[in-house]
Amino acid sequence: MSAPRIGVLALQGDVREHRAVLEAQGARTSPVRRPEELEGLDGLVLPGGESTTIAKLAHRWGLLEPLRAAVRGGLPAYGSCAGMILLADRLLDAPEDQQTIGGLDVTVRRNAFGRQVDSFESEVDVAGVPGGPVHAVFIRAPWVEEAGAGVQVLGRVCGGPADGRIVAVRQGSVVATSFHPELTGDTRLHRLFVELVRAAA
Amino acid sequence: MSEHVENSTPAGTGTDRVKRGMAEQLKGGVIMDVVDAAQARIAEDAGAVAVMALERVPADIRAQGGIARMSDPDMIDGIIAAVSIPVMAKARIGHFVEARVLESLGVDYIDESEVLSPADEAHHIVKSDFTVPFVCGATDLGEALRRISEGAAMIRSKGEAGTGNVVEATRHMRAIRAGIRRLSTLDETELYVAAKELRAPHDLVLEVARTGKLPTVLFTAGGIATPADAAMMMQLGADGVFVGSGIFKSGDPAQRAAAIVQATTFHDDPSVIAKVSRGLGEAMVGINISTLPADQRFADRGW
Repeated sequence: MSAPRIGVLALQGDVREHRAVLEAQGARTSPVRRPEELEGLDGLVLPGGESTTIAKLAHRWGLLEPLRAAVRGGLPAYGSCAGMILLADRLLDAPEDQQTIGGLDVTVRRNAFGRQVDSFESEVDVAGVPGGPVHAVFIRAPWVEEAGAGVQVLGRVCGGPADGRIVAVRQGSVVATSFHPELTGDTRLHRLFVELVRAAA
Repeated sequence: MSEHVENSTPAGTGTDRVKRGMAEQLKGGVIMDVVDAAQARIAEDAGAVAVMALERVPADIRAQGGIARMSDPDMIDGIIAAVSIPVMAKARIGHFVEARVLESLGVDYIDESEVLSPADEAHHIVKSDFTVPFVCGATDLGEALRRISEGAAMIRSKGEAGTGNVVEATRHMRAIRAGIRRLSTLDETELYVAAKELRAPHDLVLEVARTGKLPTVLFTAGGIATPADAAMMMQLGADGVFVGSGIFKSGDPAQRAAAIVQATTFHDDPSVIAKVSRGLGEAMVGINISTLPADQRFADRGW
């Protein structure tokens, strides 16, 4: 196929960084702020940002149900950090009324590593990503507390107080990471996602 | 994105990438001044990406006068406990002990702010020494780069806080953006003189000339009072918006806060801005900058 069309949810967050990396991998990207902007997409990226803000804006602008329908209908999706929270079926340490898109049979804990002073960089081995560990940037990051039987764990924290915590998962064509590959110049996870989108299209 | 990683601890905390990356996550969002837990919850419900905890909003600091300082730790703890979004707090310019106290409280970002009374008339805090990241105000490109060289991980245009008048925020956003555009027209030889004129480190001047942007995000602050103000600043190139007195000094803070959040996201869509601007009630009473005595101009603080 020609260049796949990947929408980036653009209500708030590091939209620009995701678009730049995706376009460098040969995808065409477009911002998604309205339901009609989901039409004709081959894939969807949910960026880093503040998950409560993104969820509230998505709800207020009638975007939550169309997003749920798209992911349920098999649109490949990748979420980093806040994006992982948005793709989770269940949340911990979130405001009671925080809604998600869902699609991943996981329980995600918000701000699991602590506050900003606890944000850190580290190496993470990610299954399916060749060429050695990914340099991962965790910013007030969530982790996956529990993953359902159909969820493939792609990566865990290695060493430190959070040793063994799940930080990268995949279920079908939905992928999520606690960390931000869009901030590091390491394009391998985005390349993996663009290949997944191409294969699904 | 800058590749260098300084100030790296064994655990990988407090790096430039982690500090600047935190601010990148706030892009397209609104950071709201709050003075207690109840206001913080209103801000979070409205869709704020972060709150700024302080004892008095800038309009009250102006009205009441006196020395404005870091807030009471109990008040900051109360706000941290009340919300799940990031909490920022202000330290006086140069007051590195207030900054250490705020860091120990676990605030997510420190604003070394001209809104408080300066504690040092020559030196800013050496922000690269800290694990917690800092945001600083700037009126032009040279000032922004001086703050970044000291370790600021986020820049906001200063504007004139507590006035409800956007004119100074506009002036400072235009000045910073024009400074960046000008650098990109200079050749390598000319950049040495440009660094001298900007009173900024040559390596940062070179980086801005090459990339056409600051190495950090550029937010706007100081006088934003309406959804249209926020949208205008976004169209002038701001990455996001700080709103101080504009929300909780207005007639209906919850509705105005939500309206400013939506106008920031849909800043390029006048029909959305019109929709959210309807029936907002009283905006804060504004102040004409020309009526402010020189010692009441916060933007002149910082060097």
